[in-house]
Amino acid sequence: MKHLLSISDLTKDEAIEILDTASELARLSEGAVKKFPTLRGRTVVNLFFEDSTRTRISFEAAAKRLSADVINFAAKGSSVSKGESLKDTALTLQAMGADAVVIRHGASGAAHQLAKQEWMKGVVINAGDGTHEHPTQALLDAFTIRRHLKSNQGDLSGVKVGIIGDILHSRVARSNILLLKKLGAEVVLIAPPTLIPVGVSDWQVGVSYSLDDQIKSLDVVMALRVQKERMNDLYFATEREYARGYGLNSERMRQMKDKAIVMHPGPMNRGLEISAESADSHRSVIVEQVANGVSVRMAALYLLLGGATFKELANSGESL
Amino acid sequence: MSVILNGGEISRALRRISHEILEKNHGPENLLLLGIPTRGAYLSRRIASAISEIEKTELESGTLDITMYRDDLRLKAPRTLLPTSIPGGSIDGKDVVLIDDVFYSGRTIRAALDSLNELGRPKSVQLAVLIDRGHRELPIRADFVGKNIPTAKEESVRVHLSEIDPLDEVIIEGRTK
Repeated sequence: MKHLLSISDLTKDEAIEILDTASELARLSEGAVKKFPTLRGRTVVNLFFEDSTRTRISFEAAAKRLSADVINFAAKGSSVSKGESLKDTALTLQAMGADAVVIRHGASGAAHQLAKQEWMKGVVINAGDGTHEHPTQALLDAFTIRRHLKSNQGDLSGVKVGIIGDILHSRVARSNILLLKKLGAEVVLIAPPTLIPVGVSDWQVGVSYSLDDQIKSLDVVMALRVQKERMNDLYFATEREYARGYGLNSERMRQMKDKAIVMHPGPMNRGLEISAESADSHRSVIVEQVANGVSVRMAALYLLLGGATFKELANSGESL
Repeated sequence: MSVILNGGEISRALRRISHEILEKNHGPENLLLLGIPTRGAYLSRRIASAISEIEKTELESGTLDITMYRDDLRLKAPRTLLPTSIPGGSIDGKDVVLIDDVFYSGRTIRAALDSLNELGRPKSVQLAVLIDRGHRELPIRADFVGKNIPTAKEESVRVHLSEIDPLDEVIIEGRTK
């Protein structure tokens, strides 16, 4: 594993190793150890071309707990707003000695471009590219599900996950579908027909247009944010209609299985895809998802940067 | 390949170490045994049960993973983290005994000391090892040793324990004569 660009690059064993490492780090962080010396002297750059609160802060916290130096780069107020290209930005970061770049970009494939063009030597971690993927979000969701439903061990076989809402624009959904299926979970997408992407039949997942039909059978109810900024066309008539058909509310919560959990990648539109009561109920693990995000990102940074990097190993001639 | 210690010799060495630990610490009351995974953890469990038997008490043993504190992380591909568990949750004020299988360069123990530093402030830290094969690269010594074995650097010493290996034995590989 040289970069973390897409869930499809990971094998099932690698995915489970990330989850196991994260759970060990989470256990240690709950105890006395708040900081590890492991990445001392490594520089991690957070390169964010799109707004983000939790992902950026989460990566920053993860890198700092491993003693890495962190540089935050927000495109607003930088040379990017003066028209600098991704290539020149990458060359600049290379010159500053970035060992890892965490990139969030509005264009699908931006992380891939950064990794494959050899503009820079460091490790690239995709923190969300357009409507393509958001692998660390999927890993933290799988980690959270595993913790609640599988005693924090092994894969996710036997778990049925419903992903509800804007599948079409959601990189979170795309990464989650890939990872959940890789880990053996059953996935059903629940959305109005307009928000289901064309070609979904190739994904080998269930599709349903009715949340009420599915809710009783789900172990995990994962609501997605309605991405108002991407809703240029009319995907549904009104917000009230969407909330009535696909919003998670107390009435629907009552029909859920006893041990089923409610998840949301944030930020939430309270009252639209999820009601305030549902978001704050005891079944909701939404706040915990944020905490788990730090552990999972620590694990990813450790596994990508903690050992010798790919290049260092190649130079030393040692086998991988 | 030759066998340096067989199963019976290993268990007698661990018994003696258990008695020495008790003698030096005037009993088991303030002891905290921490094995370094993988095989140090099993040895620690065996010593804890020997001490429990001798003293008619219940002494637990914990584990201390030192992966995150190694100084050779940059030289190898990333290693999988192994579990750390501290019985009672704290090392503060305890007489900590670190337990490992083979004592060689001393770098593992240096990493373990760094790791303990993050966890708290023990009253004392001691070191028990099954095999001391020499070639120290740091000024660190063991308090309790199962067996001293002079080795050459090209040789490798392997401890096999029945918990994860076919049987209990210590072997040395790569000896020229």
